[in-house]
Amino acid sequence: MATLDSKIPKGPMADKWTNHKSHINLVSPANKRLIDVIVVGTGLAGASASATLAELGYNVKTFCFQDSPRRAHSIAAQGGINAAKNYQGDGDSTYRLFYDTIKGGDYRSREANVHRLAEVSTNIIDQCVAQGVPFARDYGGLLDNRSFGGVLVSRTFYAKGQTGQQLLLGAYSAMNRQIGRGKIKMYNRHEMMDIVLVDGKARGIITRNLVNGQIERHGAHAVVIASGGYGNVFFLSTNAMGSNVSAGWKIHKKGAHFANPCFTQIHPTCIPVSGDHQSKLTLMSESLRNDGRIWVPKNIEDVNAIREGKLKPTEIAEENRDYYLERRYPAFGNLVPRDVASRAAKERCDAGHGVNKTGEAVYLDFASAIMRYGKEQAHVKGLNENDAVLVKKLGQDVVRAKYGNLFQMYEKIVDQNPYETPMMIYPAVHYTMGGVWVDYNLMTSIPGCYAIGEANFSDHGANRLGASALMQGLADGYFVLPYTIGDYLAGDIRTGAIDTNTPEFEAAEKAVKDQIDAFVNNNGKNSVDSYHKKLGKIMWNKCGMSRNAEGLKEAIAEIKALREDFYKNVNVPGEANEFNEQLAKAGRVADFLELGELFAKDALERTESCGGHFREESKTPEGEALRDDENFTFVSAWEYKGEPSEAVLVKEDLNYEEIEVKTRSYK
Amino acid sequence: MNLTLKIWRQANADATGSIETYPIENVSPDMSFLEMMDVLNEELIGKGIDPVAFDHDCREGICGMCSMYINGEAHGPDRLVTTCQLHMRKFKDGDTITIEPFRANAFPVVKDLAVDRSAFDRIQHAGGFVSVNTSGNTQDANAIPIDKHDADKAFDAATCIGCGACVASCKNASAMLFVSAKVSQYALLPQGKVEATDRVLNMVKQMDEEGFGNCTNTGACEVECPKGISLENIARMNREYLSASFKG
Repeated sequence: MATLDSKIPKGPMADKWTNHKSHINLVSPANKRLIDVIVVGTGLAGASASATLAELGYNVKTFCFQDSPRRAHSIAAQGGINAAKNYQGDGDSTYRLFYDTIKGGDYRSREANVHRLAEVSTNIIDQCVAQGVPFARDYGGLLDNRSFGGVLVSRTFYAKGQTGQQLLLGAYSAMNRQIGRGKIKMYNRHEMMDIVLVDGKARGIITRNLVNGQIERHGAHAVVIASGGYGNVFFLSTNAMGSNVSAGWKIHKKGAHFANPCFTQIHPTCIPVSGDHQSKLTLMSESLRNDGRIWVPKNIEDVNAIREGKLKPTEIAEENRDYYLERRYPAFGNLVPRDVASRAAKERCDAGHGVNKTGEAVYLDFASAIMRYGKEQAHVKGLNENDAVLVKKLGQDVVRAKYGNLFQMYEKIVDQNPYETPMMIYPAVHYTMGGVWVDYNLMTSIPGCYAIGEANFSDHGANRLGASALMQGLADGYFVLPYTIGDYLAGDIRTGAIDTNTPEFEAAEKAVKDQIDAFVNNNGKNSVDSYHKKLGKIMWNKCGMSRNAEGLKEAIAEIKALREDFYKNVNVPGEANEFNEQLAKAGRVADFLELGELFAKDALERTESCGGHFREESKTPEGEALRDDENFTFVSAWEYKGEPSEAVLVKEDLNYEEIEVKTRSYK
Repeated sequence: MNLTLKIWRQANADATGSIETYPIENVSPDMSFLEMMDVLNEELIGKGIDPVAFDHDCREGICGMCSMYINGEAHGPDRLVTTCQLHMRKFKDGDTITIEPFRANAFPVVKDLAVDRSAFDRIQHAGGFVSVNTSGNTQDANAIPIDKHDADKAFDAATCIGCGACVASCKNASAMLFVSAKVSQYALLPQGKVEATDRVLNMVKQMDEEGFGNCTNTGACEVECPKGISLENIARMNREYLSASFKG
């Protein structure tokens, strides 16, 4: 069986990254000018990597499917970004961020990568401030912090509920500077259709121009995949409509191992589904759990009255409310990690306490925070602290300043005012911890092909902590990949420009064109979306918040059958050589239909529960997730062998040197 | 709800476009406008008619990709929302809704309701950045305290999503609100002050070259902006531009 070398440097944990950087090969400034790098995707990871590689002197070609790099879905991240700055003096440190991330990931991530992430986290904040990212500040003019789930310190930097937007625009501005200098050539509305390997090395990609359908060849000395996660395999998720797995899946099919596909984050606080027309789900930032309290009515009679519209949540007395997170997890309360909070919501709703018509919603209530802040403001301003109306108004102002855009978004979608009545929320697919397998240098198992940001698997184990995705995307792009890629490219200084008139490019282009022709000439009767929705239903019902062997086996068979039907009966209108959204979508759904099966297979194989992966067969008597460290302390890396059912499992054992592996407790 | 949709159809940038009429039935008031368009497209595909092309991605009002001109207003009749956040409860049973692309010389139509806004990117290439390398070797983030009011104002300007509603709403197709938001963000922060002179001159020059119109202070852009970007930014940019011109 093949093995994977994670290439973790030797030496003490705290010195690994520094020593590694000092000893890897470098490419001289003159030689960097002779080297081309392709970056696919312009989210935080792709945009930051493009900018930094260009600054270093490489010639960068960057691709995104949107009409501008600024639209990548990192833009929608709300809550914040972690960094071990310890500005609050509350006991934070690099080690503590490292520890929290490993523990939060339920001991299924690679220690050395996570430690490096914690180390560079502080640089990110310095960098972003220097770029003019307008983080929230206090009245003294210094940076403000808030707290996120699964930690006991305040280390999250934020820009209202638009942190992802501000960070992405920062990275986009750094890219713009390099585009203006001619060091980055930007290809908007281009989709990567396949990777091209020459002598086993990544040497370029085939793209489709989404405006005119033209198929293009692009050569380079290295290819960086920064195309994000695959949450859209569930059809309904908080991902953008265009988010897809195709770039990652294409490289998987050419030899890159795909790791832990079943590790998916179901985010606890999203706006519940309203009907069959639903096209996507909207997240309400985890930061809201700083001030919002989650509850359901204790009594089923109250639940029924609420569903029938006879009772308002504000009319339910305090003693008749079940603040179930505070009850079950007194130490972390409403700020338990996402996987724990999501399962707890499902448990209450399955027990019949859900508060909307579908029975799948719980309350997120700001009333006590509003009164608490209001009293504080009244005190500061010397006003009457016992004037309930005044206190409420003052409190609402504070909450508006902190979360205004989120409250507005909620009101527009649900048509209820969350300042006056509790929000209704339910878990939804949000992030995928699994992804393309990479070594310590972020290189995939294809030489010269890298994966960064959400597209790789490396840092979050089986569950990601809040505000860590932005941290990882920028860490990979600004501070890790630009160094490690040099070690590989040092071997390419004499290669010269990559010729795209070779049989390898020819063959890859032909395969792409053949698939497109097959789609537009298929004459089927079912729309692309109808397949995507069916796939999503299978995934949510059988590979969602809780999974069991029987359901997973059914899912595998059903997805395979659906995939076969898709190729026979899908209807892709329009032509290949025009702006054709259905055609673009068909290619993406085709890849989801393969990934979905591997996802279920991976979930079936891992008979333990860990992080976001909850197997009903593996739980404690109290219903908490039960890990099986003896048999599953490894990364499941899958090697492509044709059909997903034939994929071969390669294990990368995880060794914990620094952190003692323990049962995760937030009680 | 049953509605009549009048939609701009144009096969590509060079084709001549026209308004086509499509009835749609059983629209739920809880649907977003784009979900209603999804339903329409599924119906059109079923009937063998080419589905309507439109830009969209995040569907939560932040990516700035959706760009429909609905009943004569960018992003439709609601305030402070993008098209994806507009819900059908804002319309009545029996309504006729006219849907066009964002129109401006600088935003050529790609297909149907999708337009090319790369002119906005090119304006940003001309100066929408702070010239600092991304090496991380900068000073500590708290080394320069920034007045909270300035930081908040910079943030408000920085929330621009680059959708182009300001241009589509302006009778002159001016991009002043968009450009001034970026100029203001940096002008308000110490990090942006160093290059303030070159930035405003270069960005305005590029804006003019892209063929955007002049600002005549009608304020339509501010009214239609989904992020509530203030006209104050235009005033600030004019000040910045004037002082930069004297410095020269």
